[in-house]
Amino acid sequence: MSNEIELIKDPGLPAHQHRRTDVDERYAKIAERQVAILFLLSVAGTLLLIYSYIFIDIDTFIFIPIFGDQNAHQLFLGLGMAISLFFIGAGAIHWAKQLMSDEEVIAQRHEFRSDEEDRTELVKTVKEGAAVAGLGRRPLIKRTLGLALGLSGLTPILLLRDLGPLPGDELTKTSWKSGTRLVTDPGDRPIKASDLEVGAVAQTLPEITGEDKHRKLSDVAKDAVLLIRLRPEDFNLDEERLSWTHEGIIAFSKICSHMGCAVALYEQQTKHLLCPCHQSTFDVTRAAKVIFGPAARPLPQLAITVDSEGYLIAQAPFNEPVGPSFWERSS
Amino acid sequence: MKRLSRLRRHRAAGPLLLVFGLLTIGTTFQVASAVTNTTTLNADRSAQIEEGKQLFLKGCSSCHGLNAEGGVVAPSLIGVGAASVDFQVGTGRMPMADMSQQAMRKNVVYTPEEVHALAVYVSSLAPGPEIPGDELLNYERDGSIAEGGELFRTNCAMCHNFAGQGGALTQGKWAPSVMGVEAKHIYEALITGPQSMPVFSDKTLTPEEKLSIIKWIKHAETEPQLGGVALGRVGPVTEGLLVWTLGIGMLIGVAVWLAMKAR
Repeated sequence: MSNEIELIKDPGLPAHQHRRTDVDERYAKIAERQVAILFLLSVAGTLLLIYSYIFIDIDTFIFIPIFGDQNAHQLFLGLGMAISLFFIGAGAIHWAKQLMSDEEVIAQRHEFRSDEEDRTELVKTVKEGAAVAGLGRRPLIKRTLGLALGLSGLTPILLLRDLGPLPGDELTKTSWKSGTRLVTDPGDRPIKASDLEVGAVAQTLPEITGEDKHRKLSDVAKDAVLLIRLRPEDFNLDEERLSWTHEGIIAFSKICSHMGCAVALYEQQTKHLLCPCHQSTFDVTRAAKVIFGPAARPLPQLAITVDSEGYLIAQAPFNEPVGPSFWERSS
Repeated sequence: MKRLSRLRRHRAAGPLLLVFGLLTIGTTFQVASAVTNTTTLNADRSAQIEEGKQLFLKGCSSCHGLNAEGGVVAPSLIGVGAASVDFQVGTGRMPMADMSQQAMRKNVVYTPEEVHALAVYVSSLAPGPEIPGDELLNYERDGSIAEGGELFRTNCAMCHNFAGQGGALTQGKWAPSVMGVEAKHIYEALITGPQSMPVFSDKTLTPEEKLSIIKWIKHAETEPQLGGVALGRVGPVTEGLLVWTLGIGMLIGVAVWLAMKAR
């Protein structure tokens, strides 16, 4: 046994395997016809597209097993385009694989550097151009050009201002104030306690007062409140939270404390509120305590009572920001 | 046998099996819904109460108690009203098939006359929501599709899906599809709050608004599928499933074909 390591020899390229179409002209003819058929299928697809665009009524429906009634116009338009494009590609691939040359070719790599001659030529051209432009002789042009270029560079920096301004207290405040009536959403009708039976829910918003009766979407996204009526004995609340309810009616912000989805899937039997986005589950009888899911806080509870006319009103604004967490949030 | 095993090893066997499997999954989306017919009967009320009581003692009392006072597994029926009975029994939810999470819609066990007798008996125990009459349920005349759509999205869509196809709740419970449900039963569900569903009072959701919701649902049932195959109208779940299986499967197929060496 010798200890000398033998160098591995370059095995070279393996012998080229010829395709059937290379050795037998009959197969080449077949492949040629196959490619032609694929291209003709594409032609048929385009014709189908043109036909359905012009001649099939837009409200024609045909029955297709499994899929049911489908709009024929759209269906054949789409099928035609799919067939038209797919078979151009399929034909091209079949052509390349069966008929185009498949001999292995060696491509040499070269250094990524221009010839010395070309490099000096370029430097010379630039220097000559600068001399012809006369930048050195006309300093006014040079300076104003520099000013223009420099200032135009400020534009993207200026546009960064649109990232602001900071929201201020927008995230911590809602339209609910002490004495704001709860009205139905939609409909804007005030609600009496007697309007809700045990087990009933109502989607509510704060009543809008003043001239402009238009609601801003950014307000609705914070103000939505869900009213639920339970039997008062079902509550399992501390003294303060119990005083926030009225005859078994309890009000929660509809905006999930996790990611801000609308939480309104109320299960009457289990008295659970479920958020449809990430399945956070809140127990209504325990002031919306989180019993399942990713939410970190209970839903904010709105303190409610009735006014002199018997309509439900807010005792006070929400005592915490509604909706998901943000950096400046205190809790 | 030899032929079978040769077929099995055929190059196309794998892809064909995949297509077959996908088609099988696709067909399971097709669910047929049962249609029920109900006629009202004007028989003598006390005779109906008596008939309803006999039916109740035979079919319902084992869970709901001999006097409908409720039991360990079933709630009291005193004061639930005729509408609740008509909904629960008239859609086949009651009597329950088993003690699972939720009573589901199934074939109705009783005839319309028997359902009515049961409803009359239960409403005779204590007053409750009445069965809405045909005059009230004229949603084609009194409802508005646009308003109904808005109300549905605020009040119903979180559980029953934006297209009324139903959706999941907690712990195996679910909100059923509202497609193909009789107008009367939708109205009864709104005023009685069956099972997990809360009550929608007449003051916070007026009778006209309820009719608008029904009109929108009936309109959604017959809405043509202009966007192509609806895939259950549940949004990104089935659409994503199709793209991830059939769509990417086809791309893989093309990629394999591209890379295969020609012989």
